Amino acid sequence: MFEGIVAGLTTALTLQNLIMVVAGCLIGTFIGMLPGLGPMSIIAIMIPVAINVGDASAALIMLAGVYYGAIFGGSTSSILINAPGVAGTVATSFDGYPMAQKGMAGKALAIAAIASFSGGTIGAILLFGFAPMLATVALLFHSAEYFALMVVGLSAIAAFAGTGKVAKALLMTVVGLMMATVGESALFNAPRFTMGIQDLQSGFSFITLAMAMFALPEAFHMVLDPKRSGRGQDRGTDIKDLMITRKEAKSIAPVIGRQSLQGFLIGVMPGAGATIASFLGYAVERNIAKGEEQEEFGKGSIKGLAAPEAANNAACTGSFVPLLTLGIPGSGTTAILLGALIALNVAPGPRLMIDRPDIFWSVIVSMYLGNLILLILNLPLIPYIAKVLAVPRNYLIPFILFFTLMGSYIGQNNATELLILTGLGVCATIMRFADYPLAPLLIGFILGGMMENNFARAVNITDGVSFMWERPGTLILLILGVGLIILPAWRRRRAFARQRAGARRAGIADGD
Amino acid sequence: MALDRWIALFFLIISLVYGYAAYNYPLLPFERGMVFLPNTQPMALSVLGVIIALVILFSPKPSGDDADMAGADLAQIRQFKFGRALGLVAAMVLYALLLRPVGFLTATSLFIAGSAAVLGERKFHILVPIALVTAVAIWYLVQETLGIYLRPWPWFVDG
Repeated sequence: MFEGIVAGLTTALTLQNLIMVVAGCLIGTFIGMLPGLGPMSIIAIMIPVAINVGDASAALIMLAGVYYGAIFGGSTSSILINAPGVAGTVATSFDGYPMAQKGMAGKALAIAAIASFSGGTIGAILLFGFAPMLATVALLFHSAEYFALMVVGLSAIAAFAGTGKVAKALLMTVVGLMMATVGESALFNAPRFTMGIQDLQSGFSFITLAMAMFALPEAFHMVLDPKRSGRGQDRGTDIKDLMITRKEAKSIAPVIGRQSLQGFLIGVMPGAGATIASFLGYAVERNIAKGEEQEEFGKGSIKGLAAPEAANNAACTGSFVPLLTLGIPGSGTTAILLGALIALNVAPGPRLMIDRPDIFWSVIVSMYLGNLILLILNLPLIPYIAKVLAVPRNYLIPFILFFTLMGSYIGQNNATELLILTGLGVCATIMRFADYPLAPLLIGFILGGMMENNFARAVNITDGVSFMWERPGTLILLILGVGLIILPAWRRRRAFARQRAGARRAGIADGD
Repeated sequence: MALDRWIALFFLIISLVYGYAAYNYPLLPFERGMVFLPNTQPMALSVLGVIIALVILFSPKPSGDDADMAGADLAQIRQFKFGRALGLVAAMVLYALLLRPVGFLTATSLFIAGSAAVLGERKFHILVPIALVTAVAIWYLVQETLGIYLRPWPWFVDG
């Protein structure tokens, strides 16, 4: 193995390959900032370029740079304008955007960059050490366990069920799950609930919904209430604001450690991927955070930002385990990379490590190198990227609107999508004024399709729902998921009751 | 009735319509014998939706802080600039309708300049060049570099 790593390093560290990775990182970062062009589409777009390079290692190194660059670019638009372009960065915007609003955009970007870097690093170390072993574990996961994993992922909604909002958060989740059923039916993909509209045949698109739920209400709110946008525009762009204090570093270090490990393990499961990892990471960290810190989640908590970023990147690295060792692409991006590998005459699978150890290790080394170069390139760029927020409102808002429109247009090349986007955006703005949390809707939508498909498969295979308690893995995950949803509400209620009892004992009237 | 209850009522109706559609979902012949049907989860969801919407509709008004907040919001809402927001929505709808016929470059520069004008920007000598440059730059990036087709010109120019 050691020889393999050395061989991989020597391949990756030639001048040509270093130029490739730098170019890839820059292209990825800038294109990734456009909502609608996630890592998957950018890699797909770059494949012809990569194949023209000819040399398999060089091409892969460039694609690795593009990949990490695109992930970072996606986090940037989530943090700065609340427009998550990829499902994996939705959880980033939960706390990243509030931080930017408080004038800490630079710091938020720096934390995102460092958390992703650490996630990638820990992921790469685990990949070095345990790839073959983990591959066998991944195969133990069946549709029943995947269904349970989605339920655990759904528990992230608990973070948005603040006092008096539990029912609203649940309603939004159900609406999201309903929207996920529009398009094609589970298992056999016949048109379902399309109301005869051709454009709905492929369902609501993720990017349209994400823009309508997050970016548009924010932009409309800024227009409706100009006082709102005054905050945080001119601050947060100085270099010194980027610095993470020792105290902050101490508080996010364990979060990054835990989430990198957890994210990696989730990433190893084919089909689960970065999105689930980021939601789960967010939910878990929120649950184990103490009192005050827990209140901070959703309002600009650095832990809430670091958790999904670390998990997301570690999961991306983890998804290379099934790709390289079994030849199974676990996510859309790895599926496209698999295509690129095959085009470059490399066939991933159990034999790759034995037949072509140089390629195997150079892929891993180059993925890591992409991650490292990205950090070196982007940290100095952050102050300039954060300046986006200093653009005057009259220009910023038209641009935000334009980018949301662009994002949903280029995904589908369909102008009807733009009308759907506008309509949903107006609805979302109204719901926001009525204090309905919008994130649960998106979480339900993202997880809904996968959940239904896996549940349907499991039920049809076992002829009933007995798998829920007969398969130990499923049972444990389900108990965990339900616990994560119920515990926070119960804890809050108990704290509230205790407070009331205390107040009564002290002879103070209830504060109604 | 407060806004959040109107929304709950709206989703109650949506859930009922959705449930009706799910109940009458035309199953494929070979699907009928299966345990889990394509309309199993939708029916469950519609029941859940109805129950939760009813809970929101009939739960007592939240007391204390929340009620105060809602009051403050209402006063704030009266001062909102609805005209501008509606102008932007109209601009987005127009963009959606015009994008194909007039082409990407025209539609985009008009949209950016128009929506900035709606927001009160009057320095057209800066605004118009910025809108044009953006439109051309994005078009170049998306079509020429990335190879995603965006029709640049209006219908009468065969570009």
